[in-house]
Parts: sequence; structure tokens; C-alpha cells
Amino acid sequence: MFLNPVLAMHIPDGFLSVAVALVGWALMVVLVGLALRETRDKLGERQIPLMGILAAFIFAAQMINFPVAGGTSGHLLGGALAAILLGPWSAVLVMLSVISVQALLFQDGGLLALGFNTINMGVITVFVGYAIYNWVQALPGRAHGNRLLAAAIGAWVGVEVAAIATSLELVASGTSPLQIALPAMVGVHALIGVGEALITVGAIAFIQQTRPDLLGETAKKAARGSSWIAVGLLIALLVVFLSPLASPSPDGLERVAADQGFLDAAQDAPYQLLPDYTVPVIKNEALTTIAAGVVGVLVVAGIGYGVGRLNSHGKAGKRGHTV
Amino acid sequence: MSHHTIEVKNLSFRYPDGHLALDNVTMSVAPNEKVALVGPNGAGKSTLMLLLNGVLRTREGQIEVCSLPLTDETLGRIRAAVGLVFQNPDDQLFSPRVYQDVAFGPLHMGLPEDEVRARVGRALAAVGMSGYADRISHHLSSGEKKRIAIATVLSMEPEILVLDEPSAGLDPRARRSLIELLRGLEQQTMLISTHDMRLVQELCSRMIVLDEGRCVADGPTEQILDDAALLERHGLEAP
Amino acid sequence: MTLSLSLQERYQAGDSPLHHLDPRVKVVMTLLLILGVVLTPEGAWPAYPLLWAVIGGLAAVGGLGAVRVARAGSVALPFALAAVTLLFTVPGQPIASIFGLPITDAGLTRFLSIMIRSWLAVQAALVLAMSTHFTDLLWALGSLRVPGTLVAIITFMYRYLFTLKDEAARLLRARAARSGILPGYRSGGPLFWRARVAGGMIGNLFLRSYERSERVYAAMLARGYSGQMRMLTPPQLTWGAIWWGAVPVAALLLVEMLAFLVWT
Repeated sequence: MFLNPVLAMHIPDGFLSVAVALVGWALMVVLVGLALRETRDKLGERQIPLMGILAAFIFAAQMINFPVAGGTSGHLLGGALAAILLGPWSAVLVMLSVISVQALLFQDGGLLALGFNTINMGVITVFVGYAIYNWVQALPGRAHGNRLLAAAIGAWVGVEVAAIATSLELVASGTSPLQIALPAMVGVHALIGVGEALITVGAIAFIQQTRPDLLGETAKKAARGSSWIAVGLLIALLVVFLSPLASPSPDGLERVAADQGFLDAAQDAPYQLLPDYTVPVIKNEALTTIAAGVVGVLVVAGIGYGVGRLNSHGKAGKRGHTV
Repeated sequence: MSHHTIEVKNLSFRYPDGHLALDNVTMSVAPNEKVALVGPNGAGKSTLMLLLNGVLRTREGQIEVCSLPLTDETLGRIRAAVGLVFQNPDDQLFSPRVYQDVAFGPLHMGLPEDEVRARVGRALAAVGMSGYADRISHHLSSGEKKRIAIATVLSMEPEILVLDEPSAGLDPRARRSLIELLRGLEQQTMLISTHDMRLVQELCSRMIVLDEGRCVADGPTEQILDDAALLERHGLEAP
Repeated sequence: MTLSLSLQERYQAGDSPLHHLDPRVKVVMTLLLILGVVLTPEGAWPAYPLLWAVIGGLAAVGGLGAVRVARAGSVALPFALAAVTLLFTVPGQPIASIFGLPITDAGLTRFLSIMIRSWLAVQAALVLAMSTHFTDLLWALGSLRVPGTLVAIITFMYRYLFTLKDEAARLLRARAARSGILPGYRSGGPLFWRARVAGGMIGNLFLRSYERSERVYAAMLARGYSGQMRMLTPPQLTWGAIWWGAVPVAALLLVEMLAFLVWT
């Protein structure tokens, strides 16, 4: 059941501490405000019917599965697909609509947790997926211009980064210990990400063969600042979550959250999670280093990409998304 | 006749919202027979067709296809034996190119590649669309999509072809050529759900009338089409 | 077929005071209830049944059935997997063991508290969804300063949600109908091919959705649409409604005070 991303990533209420949930809401409000402004400028009066119907499309597309093995099935989350089809800002609104309706109408994912659910599934998958999709296509050599390969990698990495973010939010809430949540989420989503990548490729291939005009329009457009959002997200992941956990000195976030039992988790999680009388499964120090390393690599790649894009697409940057 | 292609006994089906779509239906179709299934909207025709293919399941009543009772174990084999053509070809054509869609059934059944290729060729030829293998399905006309949809199940070489409203939404010429196409598949057993009484008259020797989930008439087409009182009672019109 | 079953709308028409309560009050009340539930300190055991009494009481007033809501509230249970390792990893006195791993008292307390709070929060959200029609909910969100564009987008989404869900279900049916098995052959096809077929179905659905949005937009323009979604002037928010909503919130406050001051 946990191989279904729709179940594995929709955090219900109660699993995030209030402090963490409010940080998520604040981030969501800012990003959605930006997305609303960007898409209004570019789509004008077409925005409402187009976004609305395509949000219903993503919702319905999440129902379409394929059998993998032993009764499990592959599903689509859809962030990278939406970003490739609509551009990242429109995709954020589409994904936000999907996630809100799932929370309000079907209680898939909590209301308090809506902020981080939107960030994880509707912002990270979108911007990371989109940035990597464009980056891979810009690579020299065989990958150059290979839209399907780029979509596959973008979809996979987007899901993986979203899974890292989800596990860090759970850790910061004291709901899950770091050295179990992180490898478990990353491991499970390495598989889920393959399903995501394959389905995304299938959908893009269909559209590429049937209505290439729809892809051509968005693919060439530089989304102004979108790569910086991806980079910013990754830095935020690193700073907001890893530093309070990794550093023994309490900081602002910890103090805010002190009375929710957050402190126990934050202080004890990395250092004393498995007390002497249990067998330590994994050395937590190594894991923290690995996690920091993964995020660090992504940040470096993202910054390199962002700078590269800023140089090469400065002129194209102002062209709008009309989808 | 001892052997029937389809044998349905005391079949009932209730949707989860409580609506009773089929109420104790018993019917059968013999090999090579072409049977029409008529009745007003909501009579249960589409439900019956989905049940025959195991897309919908029920515990009330029995379904046998080619002497195989429909169970979890036989489901896959029965789906290979019953070729279901949906009303809206857009639902059925989910691959970009015609070839990929016609090859879906044989590939799923695990047939060797040269056999798949041969079957796709035969199926496209049978619907008169041989040159269309590499076309994009989305860009075809309604009549062409309908023919491809039929080819996608013919390639599975089913024992029986079940068609849901095959002539709906077609212009007169496309409809005419579809009727000719179905008539040309002489050896093929068929069950056709339709409101098109002229199609019934031209294609089917026998018809079954469903109304409110019940089987209200079953007999030779001419005889039923002559019974004006029966037709009127069930909201049907003679051609 | 299970797919189309699982997406039943929760709303249940009714004539109760809860159904008639101003949806704006209901939304704010629900958010406060969820906030309060999640803030409850862990291990404050007497608080949990009292909180359930508040939420279950609302369900009962709404004629939704407190027990039924409680049962439906278990949808978030599979997520327990995310928290279950707390049993072993929170430092404390070992009280039992599974597979040789000791369960600590503090771990058990934290795990149970998370599960109960989550279960209560889901019930609060359920009571809102079951007693408020989605269009009223959207209207309330709009008048609670959720951006109008966003509300309009979600309104459109809701309008086409079930249409597109049915289209997806028909695509799945058409695939199932042709998924035949021959004795003696290995059926199913290669994994990559299956995934590509599913992707193709999604591509098909996207094009139909996109083309539908073009038709809908044309039809809207034909009826004089100019980019603004107009809304009716909201009815006055009455003090009666506010007092009504204040009762469960006050009960919640009382429980929380006791929980923070007495039970921890």
C-alpha cells in the first residue's frame, strides 16, 4: 500500500507538530501568492477554466495505475508532468487545487498539514522536476534535446526530493526518527519514482506524437526565476531542517517548538535514538552526513544550473506562458 | 443446441448506489449467431455487456462463456474470448498510434512478436483500414476511430464480439459502411446493443428486449419488430 | 470498479443545526478544533475522550452518527507506519519487546498520542465535509479571504472532477476488457510496456481535458465572460451563528487548559 505515492506522501493531521505545520502554511501562502501573480499575467482570463479543468485532469490521472508485481501498482503523482505541460507556476496552482480538494473532500492529507503537503507534492516535485527536465535537455551529448529522458529524470528526482522533504518534516515534528524515516522514505520513493518516471514518459510520448504543438510551446520558454525557486527550496530544506537537527545548540525553531515535544526529538533523534541496550542498525552520524551530502549535491547542481540559465536565457526570460 | 457461446442464468446486478440494473436475466447466444440487445436508456444493456466480460462482477447468477464459468480463475481467458467494443472509441484508443492499440490485446496475452504482427495486419484488413497502422488515432474521424476500435478486439480473435451502440454518432455514410463491415464478419458471433432498429433488421436474426433490468422479449427479429404493442410498451420504434 | 466506488462524496444532506450553520463559522471552528487537537500534549490521556466527546457531539448534532464518523476517521491509519518506529527509538524504560527490540514507555506514549490526535483531527475534518456541501465550503473559503482566483479554479475543478474521473474509469475499463489471458502463454507484457500504456492513457486524458477546456472557455466567452468570476453578495454573518460555533471551541479550550495544567 505504501508503494502508492498518493498514500505515502499525503501527511494526515496529527503527524506534523503545530510549529512545523505553520511553517509549511507560511511557505505555501508566499509561493501560491507568487504563482497567482505569475499566471494571471500570462494567462489572463483563460486562467480559471484551464487551470480548473487540468486540476481535475491530474486528480483523475492519479487513478490510472499499472500492475507492477505481487498486487502492487504504479501510480502517478503528477507534479513533474504538470510542470512540463503547463510551466511550473501554473503547475503549482493545479497541484494546490488537487491537494486541497483531496484534503477537503476526501480527507486525503490533513488541513493543518496542507501547507507542507502542497510544498512537497505541489512545489518541490514541480520545480525540481521542471528544473531537471530543462537542465538534462540542455546537456551536451546524447541527452541533448532528449525530452523523454529529461522528463524521466526530472520526475524521478522530483519525487525523491519531495520524499526527503517529507521525511525531514516528520523528523522535525518528532514523529519519525531520522535514521529510519530518511532511508525508508528515500528507498520506497526510489521505486515509486520509477513508476512516476515511466508514466510521465508515456504521457509525454503520447502528447508528443499526437499534439506536439502543446509541448513545443512550453518547452522552449524560460520560466523566469523558476530555477531559483528550485534552488531556494533545496537550500531551505538544508537550512531549516538539517541545521537544527545537526547542531547541538538550540535555535529559534527549536525554542518555538519546545513545548510540543519537538525538542526531545530534535535533540535526541540524531544522537541517542537507539539507546545502548538496542543494536544500532545504522550509524546515525553517517546518515546525517549522507543526507547533507545528497542535499548539498542537489544545491550545487541547482545553483550551477540557475547561473547557467540566467546567462543563456536572459533574453528569452520575458516570454510568457500561454500554454 | 448443446453448446452455447454465451449462457447467462438468473443474473442480477445492483450498483453500489442501490440501483438494481439487472433483475434475474436469463439468455444465451449460440455460435455464429448475431443477436441484437435493445431497450430504452437505462434498461441494463451496457451493464450486461460489462458483466459478460468480467469488467463488472456480481454474485447473483451465473455466466458461462464457451462453457467456462466466469470466476476469478477464468477471468483472463474469458476476457480473451469476449471482445468488447465500447461506445466511445476515445475510451478504447489509449495509445498514440493505431498499430500500438491494435497490438495491445495480443501483446498482453503474451503472443510471440511475429504472431502479434500477423494478427494486427489481419485485424486492420478485416475493418478495411490496412494503410492506417502508423496513423495517430486522435486525428482520425469518428467512423475511422470506430473501425479501429473494432480492430483492437478482432486482433484478440475473440469467440464473440460484443458491441455497445456501434452506430451511435456516425454520419449516414460511415454508418452504412460500418453495417457492411459487420455483415462481412460472417463467422463471428455477435451481441450488439443498439437503438438503431434498421441496423438490427439488416444484421441480426434474433433480438432480445431489455427493460428496467428484465428480459421482456426474446425471439426472431421480424416477429418482434412486427409486434407494435410490445415495441410501444418498451419505448421502441419500428424501423 | 472499486475505483469509482472509493471516491464517493462525503456530504450528506440534512436539516440539522450543524447543516444550517454559516459555513464560514464551520470552517473556522473546524480549523480551531484541529489545531487544538494537534496541540494537546502527549500522554494527556483524560483529554482525548473529552475531545472526542466534543467532535462526536458535533457529529451527533449533525445527525451524522458519532460512531460512523469515528469509524470513517480511520482513513489516516496506514500512515501509522511513519511513526511506528518511535516505539523503539524514544529513550525510556523498556516495557515490552517485539522481535527482540524493546518498546519503551515514552515511545509507546508518543506513538499512541500521535495516532489518537490524528484520528481525532480526521474526524473533525470529516464532520465539516459531511455536513457542508462543497460549493458552500468554497464560498466560505472565498469570503474568508482565500484568493478569489484560487476559489474559482477549485470551483471549476469540482465541476469537472467527476466527469474526468468517469473518463479515467472508462479508460481503465477498456484496458481491463482487453487484458485477456491465453492458457500456456505468459500474459501481462513487459513492465516498461505496461507503464507506457498507463502513460498513454494519461496522455489521452490530458488531450481530452485540454480540448474540453478550450470548448468551455469558448462557451464562457459566448456568455459574456471577461475574466472575472462574479459572486453573490455574502449574507450577513449573524451573532447567533458565531455563538453556536463558539460553544465547541470553548469546550475545546477548557479541555486544553486542563490538559496543559493538570494532566501533564
